[in-house]
Amino acid sequence: MSDPPAILVRDLHKSYGGVEAVRGIDFDVARGEVFGLLGPNGAGKTTTVEILEGYRSRTGGIVSVLGHDPAGRPRALRERVGIVLQSSGMYRHLSVREAVAHWAAMYPRPRDVEEVIGLVGLQDSADVRTRRLSGGQGRRLDLALALVGDPELVFLDEPTTGFDPEARRAAWSTVRALADLGKTILLTTHYLDEAQALCDRVAIVKDGRILAVGAPSEIGVDAASRYRVAWRDERGELHARETDDPTALLHQLTSAALARGVPLRDLSVTRPSLEEVYLELTAEQEQEADRV
Amino acid sequence: MSEAALVWRQYRLERRMFWRNPSAAFFNFALPLIFLGLFGAVFSGEQENLDVIVPGIAGMSVVSTTFVALAMNVVALREQGILKRLRGTPLPSGAYVSAVALHAITNTAIQVTLVTLAGRVLFGTGWPEDVLELVVFVAVGVVCFASLGVALAHVIPNLDSAPAYTNAVFLPLVVLSGVFYDAGDAPTFLHDISVALPLTHLIDGLSGAMVTGRGLGDNLSHLAVIALWAAGGVVLAARGFSWEARRD
Repeated sequence: MSDPPAILVRDLHKSYGGVEAVRGIDFDVARGEVFGLLGPNGAGKTTTVEILEGYRSRTGGIVSVLGHDPAGRPRALRERVGIVLQSSGMYRHLSVREAVAHWAAMYPRPRDVEEVIGLVGLQDSADVRTRRLSGGQGRRLDLALALVGDPELVFLDEPTTGFDPEARRAAWSTVRALADLGKTILLTTHYLDEAQALCDRVAIVKDGRILAVGAPSEIGVDAASRYRVAWRDERGELHARETDDPTALLHQLTSAALARGVPLRDLSVTRPSLEEVYLELTAEQEQEADRV
Repeated sequence: MSEAALVWRQYRLERRMFWRNPSAAFFNFALPLIFLGLFGAVFSGEQENLDVIVPGIAGMSVVSTTFVALAMNVVALREQGILKRLRGTPLPSGAYVSAVALHAITNTAIQVTLVTLAGRVLFGTGWPEDVLELVVFVAVGVVCFASLGVALAHVIPNLDSAPAYTNAVFLPLVVLSGVFYDAGDAPTFLHDISVALPLTHLIDGLSGAMVTGRGLGDNLSHLAVIALWAAGGVVLAARGFSWEARRD
């Protein structure tokens, strides 16, 4: 028997007034998995995550987080979960070390304060008041406060939005380090490369629905199951063709080239990237919406 | 960590942060003392008026250390997202609210002590006649004005408007309630308003405890009015309390 999933979501619905922000979402996150909700702004990612974090009630469906219903915000659950919100302020007059130490004391089995400060790369700013931190440093403090309780499950809501490339790389390696420790991570992002770099599995979300779920390299195998074959002819002209059957196409191409005794340069067979699948899926949705 | 230990830790953090923010410290402590100094100078030598102003300023201190401080702080904590962040931790809401309340009570105790000392040393008002009565009125006043401050925070839409909303209530309240003069001497229509306000009754109680020696038994009606406002305040503070910034 396999372990029960860390997160289970079935037919989740959420309406604000008359507006449906989430319209029937299903997914599981296994223990130790890095799972990403990928989608444009306003897709319902944050609403979904905040329901799982216990900040919002749901209108319908079943939700289980580490075996608890988060709607009641049980303390036993809050002790095992770390939350990085999309934006949240911090006491301005505390130093980084004071803040992390204060947070540590709220948890039954906290991690070492200095270790956590080092993990997020704030060791040189440990005595700095939080109001003097830069935006990126503030985001690292967010992460430190979420991690100091040694959570089994970490929610990261758009953890790198607004980061410069270097800070993003640093944040990514921190997330990977967490994954290596066996933590379960649910992150939301609207960056494709981030989902590709970090997630074991990704759900593409749009208009409150999941359009596709899978590993970043395999997602869309069903939804957009095409191979792209590209080559350069003897005049150096680039050709590309999409096919469901690359074997036949390759056979055709290579035998023709051999028969004519010309080289087939830069021959490649690629699967559509996550980006292409994402654009294709979200565009299809829009066309459907236009037809209605 | 036990709940009591969590309360204590959060309380100590509130104290530390308070002293690191000079403007908050000013609003809490310096303002009432400046008023006391100014009006004390105006009424210099008129013991009768000085005996009105000292309990008046003490009452005002209770309001500024609870009502004003909490209305401003709750809005700031809410709008900055600190309340939301705390809500995601295992810290129990009750422990947090207790710590914040203790913090406000500490400020009130310090402030009322300072005003009493200043009155005694500078203006020749006596030592409190009835310390128990003083403690009872301050305690009920704290519950009343702390909860009304939290309730007011629900109405304040954002951080920028917090001082305007708070002063719009605080300034008329202290004037109408007779902080600076004997409310009994005011014109009838002002007097009629003032008898409905909790601060008027708090000042009457403090006056009994600090100056006139009118005991607790004779001031029960004043206590009842404050308690009534406190009950309403607690209900309003708890209902509609928001841990998150308003969404537009």
